[in-house]
Amino acid sequence: MTKVSMTVNGEAAEGEAEGRTLLVEFLREELGLTGTHVGCDTSQCGACVVHVDGRAVKACTMFALEAEGAEVRTIEGMANADGSLNVVQQAFQDHHGLQCGFCTPGMVMSAAALLDETPRPSEAEIRDYLEGNICRCTGYHNIVKAVLAASGQDAERIAAE
Amino acid sequence: MPKDHGIGAASKRREDVRFLTGTGNYTDDINLPRQLYVHFLRSDVAHGEIRHIDTGAAEAMPGVKRVFTGKDFEGVGGLPCGWQVTDRHGQPMQEPAHPVIAQGKVRYVGEILAAVVADSRERARDAAEAIEFDIAELPAVVDMKAALAPDAPKVHDDLDGNLCYDWGFVEENRETVDAAIREAAHVTTLELVNNRLVANPMEPRVAVGDYSRADDQSTLYTTSQNPHVIRLLMGAFVLGIPEHKLRVVAPDVGGGFGSKIFHYAEEAFCTFAARQLGRPVKWTSTRSEAFMSDAHGRDHVTKIELALDADNNFTALRTETHANMGAYLSTFAPSVPTWLHGTLMAGNYKTPNIYVNVKAVFTNTVPVDAYRGAGRPEATFQLERVIDKAARELGVDPIALRRQNFVTEFPYATPVAVEYDTGDYNATMDKLEEIADIKGFAARRKESEARGKLRGLGVNAYIEACGIAPSNLVGQLGARAGLYDAATVRVNATGSISVMVGAHSHGQGHETAFPQVISEMLGIGEDQVEIVHGDTSKIPFGMGTYGSRSLAVCGSAMVRATEKVVAKAKKIAAHLLEAAEADIELRDGKFTVAGTDKEVAWGDVTLAAYVPHNYPLEDVEPGLEETAFYDPANFTYPAGAYACEVEVDPETGKVTIERFAAADDFGNVINPMIVDGQVHGGLAQGIGQALLENCAYDENGQLVSASYMDYAMPRADDVPFYTVDHSCQTPCTHNPLGVKGCGEAGAIGSPPTIVNAVIDALHSGGHKVDHIDMPLTPSRVWAAMQG
Repeated sequence: MTKVSMTVNGEAAEGEAEGRTLLVEFLREELGLTGTHVGCDTSQCGACVVHVDGRAVKACTMFALEAEGAEVRTIEGMANADGSLNVVQQAFQDHHGLQCGFCTPGMVMSAAALLDETPRPSEAEIRDYLEGNICRCTGYHNIVKAVLAASGQDAERIAAE
Repeated sequence: MPKDHGIGAASKRREDVRFLTGTGNYTDDINLPRQLYVHFLRSDVAHGEIRHIDTGAAEAMPGVKRVFTGKDFEGVGGLPCGWQVTDRHGQPMQEPAHPVIAQGKVRYVGEILAAVVADSRERARDAAEAIEFDIAELPAVVDMKAALAPDAPKVHDDLDGNLCYDWGFVEENRETVDAAIREAAHVTTLELVNNRLVANPMEPRVAVGDYSRADDQSTLYTTSQNPHVIRLLMGAFVLGIPEHKLRVVAPDVGGGFGSKIFHYAEEAFCTFAARQLGRPVKWTSTRSEAFMSDAHGRDHVTKIELALDADNNFTALRTETHANMGAYLSTFAPSVPTWLHGTLMAGNYKTPNIYVNVKAVFTNTVPVDAYRGAGRPEATFQLERVIDKAARELGVDPIALRRQNFVTEFPYATPVAVEYDTGDYNATMDKLEEIADIKGFAARRKESEARGKLRGLGVNAYIEACGIAPSNLVGQLGARAGLYDAATVRVNATGSISVMVGAHSHGQGHETAFPQVISEMLGIGEDQVEIVHGDTSKIPFGMGTYGSRSLAVCGSAMVRATEKVVAKAKKIAAHLLEAAEADIELRDGKFTVAGTDKEVAWGDVTLAAYVPHNYPLEDVEPGLEETAFYDPANFTYPAGAYACEVEVDPETGKVTIERFAAADDFGNVINPMIVDGQVHGGLAQGIGQALLENCAYDENGQLVSASYMDYAMPRADDVPFYTVDHSCQTPCTHNPLGVKGCGEAGAIGSPPTIVNAVIDALHSGGHKVDHIDMPLTPSRVWAAMQG
């Protein structure tokens, strides 16, 4: 076991990890941040997406030790300072962009990263960017609408076209 | 003006807040003090005799507490099957033993061979590598028809071959149907495969067993759609734990789609091992394990014949289906190809003569059971494909042929034992033609052709039987359980309400939609009502969520319990208002005396019930809490019509879905936003089945699609925006809410629509292709185009 420390959601965090411990396992089991989920074992589903140094990363593709000194943000750190839902989270609720909620943390983290890179993405750009996040419940319709809405676009009109 | 609360309002989901902030409580988020972890060593051969297992080296590994094998489960019950089908000759189906850990033989890749319990997940996994075993591999049977050959290897040595049952429905009609087909003016025949699928909820299954020696109490936390069913099956049939000593908790569950109905070996193991070891035992499935241990879905091979008279009226329908059961009978497996499939073969049509034959077959594959739709997608697929083929053969419009044969008068008793209470299939077809802009298709096809693409239009009509199910009826059909549901409405002293329900929400939004009903009935705010579900120690005995039943069955129980609450509250209000009970009315959260301005608020009545100082104690007990069990009088029959437009790239065979429209009749709708979402999700799963997903075995029984690298899940860029409508509403006549259920429709109606559209596209390009089996991958479509 090796000691590893990083900043998680703005606070210093440290714990122990084996060489083979994945970042997602470290977040869930060592830090108790269970909002980040594990939905597969081949880095396909995207339920574990977090932000590492500002980039969206599947937390199953990285060892905990590789995150030494990194700035990590998880779903638990996404709400506004007053605890209210941030613009992406609120759009997901407003547009019913989630059902069982299991893929949702990864979906929100990916969507937020997309909007950082591309503030007004087209429908095609959203679908392309979220290709690495699998949702089994929503058929993606309302997720795409939520991301359109979060970027200030008229989701109803675009979806109806 | 849309309503902002109550029935019909698009209330935002309250459960979203915890899911959007990472504060949900899924089973894998539960960790108990002194918890141990189990790793299952699973068979890597499809069929073999276990000659020898040596766990000594594994048990000596660091952190290992114990290694369990089949020997430890001798004398422990096997996993029970909840439905017994009777065959054509009046004999019960063949029902093999289903051990928790393999005994003597392994029968599919993924079957549990041994279980290592250690103090960490990694150590358990490491130690499993050290188990020595010798399995003498036997020939495997994978193909169903080959499995029925007289010299085929037997999956179960103690059974009479690999046929589970040979079911005929309705057997007495067999000769009449044969005669009607012989005498028909036209018979259309189609052979097709309903591809094997894996449900793939995004949350893999998890089980945490716990045992308290202090009070001899076992607790199982599990990813289940129906905790009471698990408690009953596991307690009574597997482990022999009386129900008052067994609690089953299904907390937030990350999707189910049927696959989390069933009682699985891993749940029984964790509960058993926790008792043996006196410490909690946890298992978290990997996705690879899920592919080889979650019950699979579909996997039917069918020959269907549709007979028509000279005026194109359907006169008879005959089907022969082989249905794969896998190596063992999963909890409800026998019911899926029979009572959930044969009873729907009339579809939306008044075909007078129908005979359905189903041969259920054991093979060396993962057990197969209900997956979203369960039997009804298989029925709809055959029927809507053969109708489309008939229309093409006869040169008639496929919509017109459907309309000509629609059932138009209700109630309608089908020749396959069910009675549709309400429906209006022409209305949903009219609505579909409008929202899909069928008239504009020709122009869109021209535009596609100008870009070198083939464009096709496919339509269908579907019906399903939901709101499962009348207990006395399913009992006659072989169910070993009742299918009622239950709700307890507990009014608190200050007027807020906790409702304990037997239904389980794992994405359906019950925590939001159920309070809308109570808010409507009582005139109090939705936020005054909380839904409690998923814990057998808190909720009444309900049967859980599947078969689009939550609102139709459990919601009805909730309405009945609320009606009892209102009746009692009116007695209290009458006392407080010094009026006759018959004159008391409840409106907008107030009790009034009819024709006067006398009133008392809801909260004052509820407070009086718990502080009964001024109270009619001689007539009414204190407190305000009522329970109701509701057993439906019939199934519900949601129905609708779907249209899909595809483009096919003639160079590659790649299919893209350009437009998809769904016009559904779900009866009354409580929350239209949630209903839309349910349809969207079902459509994507149907698109997955039609174009992408396939659970594939090789001839040796190796599962070759056991990860997301090999099993193609629909992704955001595989699907379009959908156009959905549920404004055609013929309310259910026999439940108090008039609701029919919406959870499965999308997955039932979409696959034939898509295949019909692809075949239409190919014909437009001069390719006379009658059928392509799903999934319609580019290689299959391209090969079909080459003839």
